[in-house]
Amino acid sequence: MSETGTNTEIDPSATESAEGRAEGPDTEPPGGSAAARLSTAPADSINVPALGLLGWARWSWRQLTSMRVALILLFLLSLGAIPGSLIPQSGVSPMKVEEFRQAHQTLAPIYDRLGLFHVYSSVWYSAIYILLFVSLIGCIVPRGWQLTRQLRGRPPAAPRRLGRLPAYTSWRTGAAPEEVLGAAHRLLGRSRFRTHRSGDAVAAEKGYLREVGNLLFHIALIVILVAFAVGQLWKSEGGKLVVEGDGFSNTLIQYDEFSSGTLFDSDGLAPFGFALDGFDATFERTGPQKGTPRTFRARATYWEGASGEERKTVIEVNKPLEVAGNKVYLVGHGYAPVVTVRDGQGDIAYQGPTPFLPQGDTGFTSVGVIKVPDYRDKEGKKNQLGFQGRFLPTFALDEVRGPHSSFPALDYPVLAINAYRGDLGIDSGVPQSVYQLETEKMKQFKDAEGEPFRKFLRPGESAELPNGAGSIEFEGVKTWATFQVSHQPANGLALVGAVAALAGLAGSLFIQRRRVWVRASRGADGETLVELAGLGRSESPKLPEELADLAVALRAEAPVSGAAGEPAAEEGSEAEADDPATKHPDPEPEEAAGPDNQGNDPADPVEGARA
Amino acid sequence: MNLAAAANENMAYISNVLIYSAMAVYTLAFIAHMAEWVLGSRSKVGRTAAALTASDGTGDAGRTETVEISGGKGGTTVLERPKVVTRGGSGSRDVPDGPGAAGSDAGGDMSGRIAISLTVLAFAIHAAGVLARALSVQRAPWGNMYEFSTTFSMVAVGAYVVGLALRKNVRWLGLPLVTTVLLDLGLAVSVFYTESDQLVPALDSYWLYIHVSCAIISGAVLYLGAVATLLYLFRDRYEAKLAAADGPQPGAFATSVLERLPSAATLDKFAYRINAAVFPLWTFTLIAGAIWAEAAWGRYWGWDPKEVWTFITWVAYACYLHARATAGWRGRKAAYLALVAFACFLFNYYGVNLFVDGLHSYA
Ligand code: HEM
Repeated sequence: MSETGTNTEIDPSATESAEGRAEGPDTEPPGGSAAARLSTAPADSINVPALGLLGWARWSWRQLTSMRVALILLFLLSLGAIPGSLIPQSGVSPMKVEEFRQAHQTLAPIYDRLGLFHVYSSVWYSAIYILLFVSLIGCIVPRGWQLTRQLRGRPPAAPRRLGRLPAYTSWRTGAAPEEVLGAAHRLLGRSRFRTHRSGDAVAAEKGYLREVGNLLFHIALIVILVAFAVGQLWKSEGGKLVVEGDGFSNTLIQYDEFSSGTLFDSDGLAPFGFALDGFDATFERTGPQKGTPRTFRARATYWEGASGEERKTVIEVNKPLEVAGNKVYLVGHGYAPVVTVRDGQGDIAYQGPTPFLPQGDTGFTSVGVIKVPDYRDKEGKKNQLGFQGRFLPTFALDEVRGPHSSFPALDYPVLAINAYRGDLGIDSGVPQSVYQLETEKMKQFKDAEGEPFRKFLRPGESAELPNGAGSIEFEGVKTWATFQVSHQPANGLALVGAVAALAGLAGSLFIQRRRVWVRASRGADGETLVELAGLGRSESPKLPEELADLAVALRAEAPVSGAAGEPAAEEGSEAEADDPATKHPDPEPEEAAGPDNQGNDPADPVEGARA
Repeated sequence: MNLAAAANENMAYISNVLIYSAMAVYTLAFIAHMAEWVLGSRSKVGRTAAALTASDGTGDAGRTETVEISGGKGGTTVLERPKVVTRGGSGSRDVPDGPGAAGSDAGGDMSGRIAISLTVLAFAIHAAGVLARALSVQRAPWGNMYEFSTTFSMVAVGAYVVGLALRKNVRWLGLPLVTTVLLDLGLAVSVFYTESDQLVPALDSYWLYIHVSCAIISGAVLYLGAVATLLYLFRDRYEAKLAAADGPQPGAFATSVLERLPSAATLDKFAYRINAAVFPLWTFTLIAGAIWAEAAWGRYWGWDPKEVWTFITWVAYACYLHARATAGWRGRKAAYLALVAFACFLFNYYGVNLFVDGLHSYA
């Protein structure tokens, strides 16, 4: 007890949980006496194992729904989340998981077995949060019942010795007890207490919203979990690269990549589409941050349904397009050089934009591959061509870096290419990356000196391939953008849950639940002794003040007799100190209430309600 | 365009000068605080021990408090105001608060007041520095770790100054706060310094303003709670030793320092109120972050390291609140949980930004 040292509070909810949720062994033994501990300990830890299967089940349930276990589960929930932030997660970055596997040959299998590459869907982590939520439900239901009972019942009757309560004041007045109680009743009612008068006292209680808020918060947590689960199971998410001028319509085959939750049905893809009209990027032009992006805007036209009306829009990084229950996010952008390749016959063998991938440097150097599968050489023989290209948005040359790009915008665009002929390997049936050239079965074009053929082209320029093999013209540059189309059901529900949780939390933490009793009794001298006492959570210093306010208001109708303003409180406490009943250490008010009042503990709202 | 850029660089320069000046004034405040503590140690306090022995004898005798309506200074109110007897629950020690760092030493009190004045001055300069930085980058001043650090400590000191202005009992926070603010600013200007720049587009959203400002305010105020918790642990041990008269007694230095702090119960309540009051804000921070993530990346929750640590911190504070409501966990155990929770917050800021790479690591 002296270890804790700080519970200067008489906490209604602590006693409440002792009754309602059976965790007696946890409850502070009043006054620390061993007898008190025994008498209040519920059966759980001592008798129940003898009760067989049902007993065990009940015992486990009580343990699971006890505050202590909830605490431990919460702790485990945060502890268990740690590895997922330090070890690469397959759901977040599969590439890094692959790297990790390569680098740690012995550790990886162990991690695999422990599910450490997907912590948040692993068996053990799921077990923690499922247990926690079962515990939560097991906690909400009885507390909900308790609250409804309390709301239907009456504020608990006054304990016998009000002087033992955490806040207390008293005075003597000439007014009759009946008048005082009537005034107190009205006063407390005006202050929006729930009041009940019985015998020589008025009982009042206020701040039920605290309990409501607490329940709302915990229920909202369940709503959020459900929303999250629904979102995970029915979500769909796909990526698509769209070149300026091209479009996309929402069908499975149009996606570059696609993933979905286990219960998603691909027939359920909403019919809509959009086209990329253009992409604007601006970059910092001066200063140490030169080259860092400032704005990205994708101008698009979209339509809903098979033949919906077309609308213009702008998609930006933090401003997705919302259409048909889907959201279209802008996730990346780049350049697609437009080239025309003519074959040895002078016919167009390939024409169009080819997306190049940015390399991540500040100059936005991009690389890509142009594959020309239908090509005839000078003699008219069928063959295939492949070009490796490097696109430099702002060409610059220096001794150290050679040709490179010095700025990401299209200030002085140059396309550098190498050329190959031979078998592209795309007919072999093995899937190939469009960004890579398999050069094993190809031969590089050589120039007159025998050096690899290499050309730097400005827009509008073209280059002849050696020996009349054809030509390549760099016509210009288009932009492209990548989009992520995602459909996440139950987002709205999650938001509702979050808002409810917040509201509930505010109620739970800022509203003070407290009880006030007023007793008026005629003393031997014919005067009336008015006593006011309050019980609340002492985390708030406001209770004594509130009590004082009430006392001030009540004194208007029950004026202090004798010397005006003489506080009777000291008398009260002195009288009490003389009282032998208060000498032994039993500071809990329910104890002071005396044996005849056992089942009617004022500090316990449940009991009070039952009475 | 160029003119504007020059003006911005000018502003950035002014901001740096202001931050360095604030550090200088904080240093002076630090010295004044030290003087307060040193001078205060000359005065005989000796009140706690006496109070403890007294309360040992009489059990939990009710404490009488006069509740005043008009917040006047001790006992001068003439309002007819009833006295309300308050009493602690079982097991409380009913130890009065210590007299503060200065004890009853007049010189100590004077340097304490000087320290506070200097702190307020430093805070004003500090705030001006943060403002100038914001003007120079033309956005909120928390786009990188340097700005985050300077703003963070500014808010922490601001909360303390507000507490002082509201005449709350927070003077004991002075020395630890000023010390750590100096540390934080020192780290900011030496390790984290970043030229003023603008944000990459992904960070440019008004949810960023909401999310990050809430994170900063939560963190700064939770920091005050953590300081109180730490001091509570020391003071609680001290009081426990005093109360166990036959056990080992605290050393002279510990006594000299700890007897001047508020009582363990006061510190504990202070920490609880702060943590409980900030918890909803921290919850809102999490929600705002999720909304922002939804707008920026297409999912409101993706187990990114920063998100994970925000979640861990949140759950850790929920743990603490639960512990406070669970018998057998109040007091020291709950205090340890509160410290763990704040450590999680710190790791989320320093650790994740520096050691873990994820979408959030913009520093
Ligand atoms: C999902 C995880 C949970 C979270 C994040 C959570 C969070 C919280 C928070 C923040 C409070 C503080 C509100 C206050 O002090 O009034 C609280 C109170 C409470 N929680 Fe939970 N909780 C969770 C699960 C549970 C479970 C499983 C139980 C039951 C076994 C439970 C029982 C309670 C009770 C009884 C209170 C009221 C304490 C009081 O009156 O001060 N909670 N919870």
